[in-house]
Amino acid sequence: MASVEKILSRRTFLRNTGGLVIGFGLADVSVLPRMIAQAVTPSGKVVTGNPVPDALTSWLHIEPSGIIRIFTGKTEIGMGVETALMQIVGEELDVALDQVVFVMGDTSKTPDQGGVGGSSSLAMGADPLRNAAAAARSLLLDMASQRLGVPVDQLEVSGGVVHVKGAPSQHVSYGELTKDVPLQGSLVVTGAGSAMSIKGRGKPKAVSSYKLVGQPVPRIDLPLKIAGKWEYVVDVRVPGMLHGRVIRPASVGANLLSIDDAPARSIRGYVKTVVINNFVGVVAENEWAAIKAMRAIKVNWSEPQQLFPEQAKIYDYMRQATPKASMEFLKVGNFEAGMQSATKKVEATYEFPFQSHGTMGPGCAVADVQPDGVTTVWCGTQKPHAMQIGIADLLKVARDKVRVIWTEDSGSYGRAGFEDAAGDAILLSRAVGKPVRVQWMRADMTRWGSKGPAVMVDMTAGLDQQGKVTAFRFTSRAFSGVETNFLPVMAGNFLGSQLAGIPNTNVRDEYAAWGHETAAYPFPNVIANGHVVAALYPNASPLRTTHLRDPEGPAATYATESFIDEMAAAAGMDPIAFRLSNLEDARTKAVIRAAAEKFGWDPRTSPKKKVANPEVVKGRGIAIGDRGGTRVATIVEVEVARKTGAVRVSRIVCAHDCGLIVNPSSLKGTIEANLIQSTSRSLMEEVMFDRNNVTSVDWLSYPVLRAANLPDKVEVVLLNHPEFPSTGAGEPSSRPMVAAICNAIFDATGARVRQGPFTPVRVKAAMASS
Amino acid sequence: MANIDLKVNGKSHTVDVDSDCPVLYVLRDNLELNNPRFGCGLAQCGACTVILDGDAVRSCVLPVSSVAGKEVTTLDGLGGGEKLHPVQQAFIDEQVFQCGYCLNGWVMSAKALLDKNPHPTDVDMEKAFRGLICRCGSHVGIYRAVRRAAGMKESV
Ligand code: FES
Ligand code: FES
Repeated sequence: MASVEKILSRRTFLRNTGGLVIGFGLADVSVLPRMIAQAVTPSGKVVTGNPVPDALTSWLHIEPSGIIRIFTGKTEIGMGVETALMQIVGEELDVALDQVVFVMGDTSKTPDQGGVGGSSSLAMGADPLRNAAAAARSLLLDMASQRLGVPVDQLEVSGGVVHVKGAPSQHVSYGELTKDVPLQGSLVVTGAGSAMSIKGRGKPKAVSSYKLVGQPVPRIDLPLKIAGKWEYVVDVRVPGMLHGRVIRPASVGANLLSIDDAPARSIRGYVKTVVINNFVGVVAENEWAAIKAMRAIKVNWSEPQQLFPEQAKIYDYMRQATPKASMEFLKVGNFEAGMQSATKKVEATYEFPFQSHGTMGPGCAVADVQPDGVTTVWCGTQKPHAMQIGIADLLKVARDKVRVIWTEDSGSYGRAGFEDAAGDAILLSRAVGKPVRVQWMRADMTRWGSKGPAVMVDMTAGLDQQGKVTAFRFTSRAFSGVETNFLPVMAGNFLGSQLAGIPNTNVRDEYAAWGHETAAYPFPNVIANGHVVAALYPNASPLRTTHLRDPEGPAATYATESFIDEMAAAAGMDPIAFRLSNLEDARTKAVIRAAAEKFGWDPRTSPKKKVANPEVVKGRGIAIGDRGGTRVATIVEVEVARKTGAVRVSRIVCAHDCGLIVNPSSLKGTIEANLIQSTSRSLMEEVMFDRNNVTSVDWLSYPVLRAANLPDKVEVVLLNHPEFPSTGAGEPSSRPMVAAICNAIFDATGARVRQGPFTPVRVKAAMASS
Repeated sequence: MANIDLKVNGKSHTVDVDSDCPVLYVLRDNLELNNPRFGCGLAQCGACTVILDGDAVRSCVLPVSSVAGKEVTTLDGLGGGEKLHPVQQAFIDEQVFQCGYCLNGWVMSAKALLDKNPHPTDVDMEKAFRGLICRCGSHVGIYRAVRRAAGMKESV
């Protein structure tokens, strides 16, 4: 059995090589490569600014020991992207993975790569790292050629040592080459943020020669995490740090009328109550004192400024509201004429609710705002560089006075709210002049975190005698996916700022779009358009909407892929045969066939013929998705209890094509987990609210899937396509799940559940009316 | 306010804290032990799990006064500090978890379960894990790891 020491040994020796002050309380932190750069430096000596992307030294540094430190603006959000990026860099440099150490998401040390999101870290974010590594390799080979007196084409590299082909005793290591002459080079930069691309001298390797990319390398972080040696942002301890808690309004838009903090003042460890308009927080010397003070403070809030619509009527509200913005996604041929030539007409509306990120850790950040404005923030944000700009705007200081040190939090799955916790920490630290750690309580995330938007889609289609689609209309209505901008580049982006009176001007319209949030079937005679429904309340609303894993994708695809199933049933065709006959894309057809084969799909129409009247009926359903070029086909098997309407997903098969696979084992882990998470979203997740406020506040009022609801079997089929570039894998497999389950329920029961999630009440009602 | 004697991972400590302070904050803030983490503070998720006299319990709702004199174990103390516990090794071998924020609850509960029931059925696991959440959905791998730790190939 491996000892903890052994797991940690290669990291431990790195402790003294970073040359930086280790500022955390625990010595253990030093074993974490990312944390080495995340040192607390004394005030005024904070190295801020941002490394420039056109210098090789901004991306890569070789230490005399041969350790290669890579600096990337990307961050790890739990899906193993660090390991995959290490493989890509190691491949180009011909070094072993244990010679590579990553520094991620520290605005003072890493170039701005737009953070992570949109399943783009490997699809786009790997480009600068791959090219920087290729440029470094080329420079190193030149240096080695001079040193060894042998032309470059007679050199080869392994394990970071350059040697002469056929004469391995003539060698020199990368570390030796750069001991006296640091590696320097300039790079040509095009694009910015997550679309940034760089080129240097030296071409990246041909995919066909890959040795490390494509291997099921174990994830670099997991042994440390499981050994209990990891530090998340909640574990950051800064000297002199105080603890903060926030107190939110009693209802949407309520104003603070008066506050009585006298009962808190007698709590040992109490430091200060901070009130800025409707922002209320309390600071204490330790967590328990902060919690007790938070509970002791009495705030008198006004009535809500505006009432939410009744939850039971939210989709009526969305339909009737004057759209804030509208857009045509696609117009092909003549829809009306296409409908006239149809022999069958299918029409339906699908509705999907607000959902919560409900992150496992409810949100935590540490901020140290010094009197001169020099500020350091530790936060699990997906967008550290954008947040640097937003915090500078909030504090009215220059960007280079602010340093954001990304530190891993629990899986965020979009703009969960870690940035808002950081905004709270900034306001509290500024008020007390000391570093403050803010830990959100559960309701601060579940009730007050931004939400995935509610979406509804109306669809109409015509079919001819052969079951071919003659016309198709798609109309979506959704709250914007960017009421809270995922790029926190303005002061008003943060919830705390909004409560403090700074308006949210960082808003954009984002639709549930045909062909973007759904697979793009090449139907004739199409009209596809959509509307954005205005925010229910403009500032600091607990129902403000934002990106949640695959924004609008699961909801819009629930609509289209269930509707496709309705069309197949109307055409009297097997759901897979119907899809194949209406699709052209070969890779999409390939994932469908791969999933069908693994599942053992027997072609027939849905619903399944009833043979008896059992208490539990079984059914199977398929749905597909295409997100950013990644094709997914998911088949599920469900069991529906006819008396109660309770649905259990018993089996999931997912076929997945994301182009070139960098790490099949970590990819499989991410897909498996995504399938479970999206099963949870399909079956039970729905943010509840009354006229005044969100009423989902914890894991009882916002239940998610637990051990009792697990499928018996989850199977992932990976289709590797080295001839295509890697597209993303963080989100795509969330997309088809809701529809696949809906289609399986239909197959089992003959009932079509057109509103999610599929709670027993909804399923029972659909069965009663079918 | 009281001086309370605690025994954590075999070491004795005396802390000066409110007697109603949950064990979680004493471990984290007074003893700087990180693995019990805050997830809900409501005994709904398991992120704060410690092993107390052989049982996996939620330290976020357990007043510190109630553990005085008892043996508390945290994740990094599972293998005695030097070695990994076989249950931890099984989770590593199976490459379980996405972010891993929840893992303290799952690994500790698995350890407590296997100590009492070396060959748990799926139903036994479901019972032992009832109070746990993994927001990322790592459950499939978790079950594989528990079976591996129990030396079981198949689900039973
Ligand atoms: S933090 Fe204790 S159970 Fe959630
Ligand atoms: S792995 Fe992220 S919560 Fe379990």
